[in-house]
Amino acid sequence: MHEVFLDELKRLNTRFMNLGIDVSEQIDEATQAYIDHDKKLAQDLVADDKKFARAALKVEKKTLKLMALQQPVATDFRTVISILEATSDLERIGENSMSIAWETIRVKGNRRIPEVEEVITSMSKKVNFMLDQILKAYVQDDEELARTMAKKDDEVDEEFVKARKIAIEGVQKDPEAAVASASYFMIIRLLERIGDHVVNLAQWVVYKTSGELVDLNSQHHKFDDNIDM
Amino acid sequence: MTNIMTASDVHLSYGPVEALHGISMNFEEKELTALLGPSGCGKSTFLRCLNRMNDDIDNIKITGKITFEDEDIYGSKMDLVKLRKEVGMVFQQPTPFPFSIYNNVAYGLHLAGVKDKSIIDQRVEESLKQAAIWNEVKDDLNKNAQALSGGQQQRICIARALAVHPKVVLLDEPTSALDPISSSEIEETLLSLKHEFTFIMVTHNLQQASRISDKTAFLMNGDLIEYGSTEDMFINPKKQITSDYLNGRFG
Repeated sequence: MHEVFLDELKRLNTRFMNLGIDVSEQIDEATQAYIDHDKKLAQDLVADDKKFARAALKVEKKTLKLMALQQPVATDFRTVISILEATSDLERIGENSMSIAWETIRVKGNRRIPEVEEVITSMSKKVNFMLDQILKAYVQDDEELARTMAKKDDEVDEEFVKARKIAIEGVQKDPEAAVASASYFMIIRLLERIGDHVVNLAQWVVYKTSGELVDLNSQHHKFDDNIDM
Repeated sequence: MTNIMTASDVHLSYGPVEALHGISMNFEEKELTALLGPSGCGKSTFLRCLNRMNDDIDNIKITGKITFEDEDIYGSKMDLVKLRKEVGMVFQQPTPFPFSIYNNVAYGLHLAGVKDKSIIDQRVEESLKQAAIWNEVKDDLNKNAQALSGGQQQRICIARALAVHPKVVLLDEPTSALDPISSSEIEETLLSLKHEFTFIMVTHNLQQASRISDKTAFLMNGDLIEYGSTEDMFINPKKQITSDYLNGRFG
């Protein structure tokens, strides 16, 4: 009887991890396409724009079925609930990276600000690294790693402020960069949001491992209040 | 919260075989505590120690201390009849006596020497109401209790236990012989009563424990493995073995 549960849980874990890996790749490719103005790659990425929603729905259905039929408690309960909640964060991350790809398709070949694009690349690498590490922490029940990665979101937030500042100064120097700047604002906001969802994922790793519900995103809200420069 | 019963280092042996290896736990007043564990773990044996139902078993040896309202229940001054009146018991199989509903519930009062018919009438009605069966039987109080359904019989037994105004009610798998609907009626009854009485319940139904108990204790092989709030036990137990048992990995 409980062999069945463990089998189902294993399959659920695999689906969840696959979604995480797909989402992680998508962030990387979408940002790269944006920097390279590679509309062809961006179009490939958005060709199936419901793919993350579909994958997430499958995981959610399986999770709810396990909850209803197997009624897990204690450690098993926390694992299943963490998957359910973390899946919705993965889906949001997937959608945000999809928006980056859409912006690549829309963006026109206007005057660009290379310094901002450098920061965008760095932000993208950071959230990607954090996501990969948190998926690793999930598999290894490594609460410490999840907490460490959540802290790295402060760096993403700092880069967001930095990119915004450079973009504004860029427009002040060269008004023709205004169209590109508007686009940069959107991209850095999307990457910053991705960072927040990655922190949520870290929270679910902590819950799964220790049963503790924590808010690791608190730094961000302070930052959000001071967003105007 | 007031402590109503306390077990300290309770050991119990049947001849050379020790079945309980030193159980220590406190029971709070007006709470429902569930005792869980695999068959043979000693939970029913422990429950029966709490109102000395094991006394008459041959070759039994009980050491340690159990107090009820700070009185040692195994002490020489303990009045066994008074103890059983204050610490009542409901068994797994409904055990209505082969006479009317009214006389089943009044039985303990008769034993206690209550003669005043109006007092007995009032207690019977009150107890049947507390056990949530009054509306079903009020026009049929002379009907033989054994003619009722299993769930109704068990609620009659609960009413019978409540009629003598106990402080603690011990329940030994009170719903395991009942269908899900009758079980849920008993659960609702217990939920509505737990603000008035202290319940200590042995159950094999884990969901039942999680639904209605305030505290949960997990016993295994005669040891108390973990004891805490039901929420902690079912969401975040301290020991992996507790989680494994609650998820049916063994037992």
